[in-house]
Amino acid sequence: MAEDILILGIESSCDETAASVVKNGREVLSNTIYSQIDLHTLYGGVVPEIASRKHIEKVNQVIGQSLSEAGVSLGDIDGIAVTYGPGLVGALLVGVSAAKAISFASGVPLVGVHHIEGHISANYIENKELQPPFMCLVASGGHSHLVLVKDYGEYEIIARTRDDAAGEAFDKVARAIGLGYPGGPKIDKISKEGNPDAIVFPRGKVEGSDYDFSFSGLKSAVLNYLNGCRMKGEDFSQADVAASFQKSVIEVLVEHSLRAAKDYGIEQFAIAGGVASNSSLRAAFETACEKRKIKFYHPSPKLCTDNAAMIAAAGYYEYIKGYRSGYDLNAVPNLAIGEKQGVFIL
Amino acid sequence: MKIIGLDSSGLVAGVALWEDGIIRADYTTNYKKTHSQTLLPMLDEIRGMTELDMNSIDAIAIAAGPGSYTGLRIGAATAKGLGFALDKPIIEVPTLEGLAYNMWGTSDVVCPLMDARRQQVYAGIYDFNPELNVLMEQSAIPVTDVLDKVNEIGRPVIFLGDGAPVYKAIIEDMVKVPFKFAPAHRSHQSAASVATLGAIYFAQGKVVSAADHAPVYLRKSQAENEGPKDFLI
Repeated sequence: MAEDILILGIESSCDETAASVVKNGREVLSNTIYSQIDLHTLYGGVVPEIASRKHIEKVNQVIGQSLSEAGVSLGDIDGIAVTYGPGLVGALLVGVSAAKAISFASGVPLVGVHHIEGHISANYIENKELQPPFMCLVASGGHSHLVLVKDYGEYEIIARTRDDAAGEAFDKVARAIGLGYPGGPKIDKISKEGNPDAIVFPRGKVEGSDYDFSFSGLKSAVLNYLNGCRMKGEDFSQADVAASFQKSVIEVLVEHSLRAAKDYGIEQFAIAGGVASNSSLRAAFETACEKRKIKFYHPSPKLCTDNAAMIAAAGYYEYIKGYRSGYDLNAVPNLAIGEKQGVFIL
Repeated sequence: MKIIGLDSSGLVAGVALWEDGIIRADYTTNYKKTHSQTLLPMLDEIRGMTELDMNSIDAIAIAAGPGSYTGLRIGAATAKGLGFALDKPIIEVPTLEGLAYNMWGTSDVVCPLMDARRQQVYAGIYDFNPELNVLMEQSAIPVTDVLDKVNEIGRPVIFLGDGAPVYKAIIEDMVKVPFKFAPAHRSHQSAASVATLGAIYFAQGKVVSAADHAPVYLRKSQAENEGPKDFLI
């Protein structure tokens, strides 16, 4: 075995300022997250300017803490991996600018990492045996992608959402039924007390596409249902609406994902992103994969939501392939999966 | 002693190296690329050209705001990253003071103006006695309020900054004292001015840790101004 490789990961694409030290792409030495969620809850969603301001206040403290919790200093680090897209541009720029300056001043090489590739790589951390090829559903507040991981750092998008991301639909429905922000965990919790078959909401289909997702029709159906109740002066059950809505989302995600896995001859399936911490979603995938003899992987909840350990894990595999980013690395809010802004030096 | 000066508060990206009263390097660009693509490559160029060992610098002076929110944060995160890796402090130079310092030595009053949109400017009023003296603290205010203040002071004035051409007609209309506009090479933010003024502040012990530095925006975010509300679906 060659020498250990330590990667410092930095993540600031949305409302968490995070840094982490990961050894050899799989072993987390520290995972520091400063969450701003309380600030944004006031506004019912993430306010980009407030997020950016908070990132700049916290970035050094978070990076410093991740190094000290890992018991290492900057001189021990082999590479700095930073999220440079997709995400909120002002928020991304804080992590990118800080990471570049640290790389410049310390001489530690820089690796720009795609946020979704990071989410996917969160699966490597707790599943030491997992290796490509596998298929991964990435579902969060900003993303719903079905991705074929052909090899480390090699991705093909199989499906995406045509409108709302899955997590976005959770947030919007949660607001509509009065649960507040963030919607995902709240709907997950209250759904356990509701009847998922109480209301039949539509399963989103996309004309002309085998696997793509659509959640805006479902969201409208929930709103129509609520309006209908109000017109008739009837009460509605928060728990039943939440459970029925959640069932519809999960059925679509599971059905499209496993059909694609079968069509592509995939034997390993993983989930990632904030929505992957939803307990019913996990259970549904677990059952469906077992039935089809597909090995199922998922990160623990702390590695599903935004964190820097996943960025360091993804960065590690780019680093050992010789991929390096320059001091002109820029934040790319709509960065496509597989898009690169750097060079291979090996 | 060595100080790196950085200014990305406006359209201009500037990096300078000050060493014991000498500007070793001063690099300014005003081009369509973002500061994220220019600022650090410019510092890299200076490092190579002056054979600078980054560990030999004593502090990083930064135009600390006001200015473009994103520009300020690119500069701040760059300064904070440098300070973190080098374990060096940051000198926060108010953007308008750095801009006014371009005109050091004039007996006129100096009024830098940055276009802040929403009918406002970021402005301050200064003179030199012999060093920089604040007559009006930097503020985000309507340009007419600044010009009222200039008239009230009643001394000849030099206007500079990207707001000067924007409000030229109003200035010509309102200002009752003799006035002139700084020429191109003095009218923009200068990292050399930031570093030179920063050296004075450094000698006075006015530094913050890299962890504590955050830009001065002079304005709340729009969401904070409007307050929490129910977002529509």
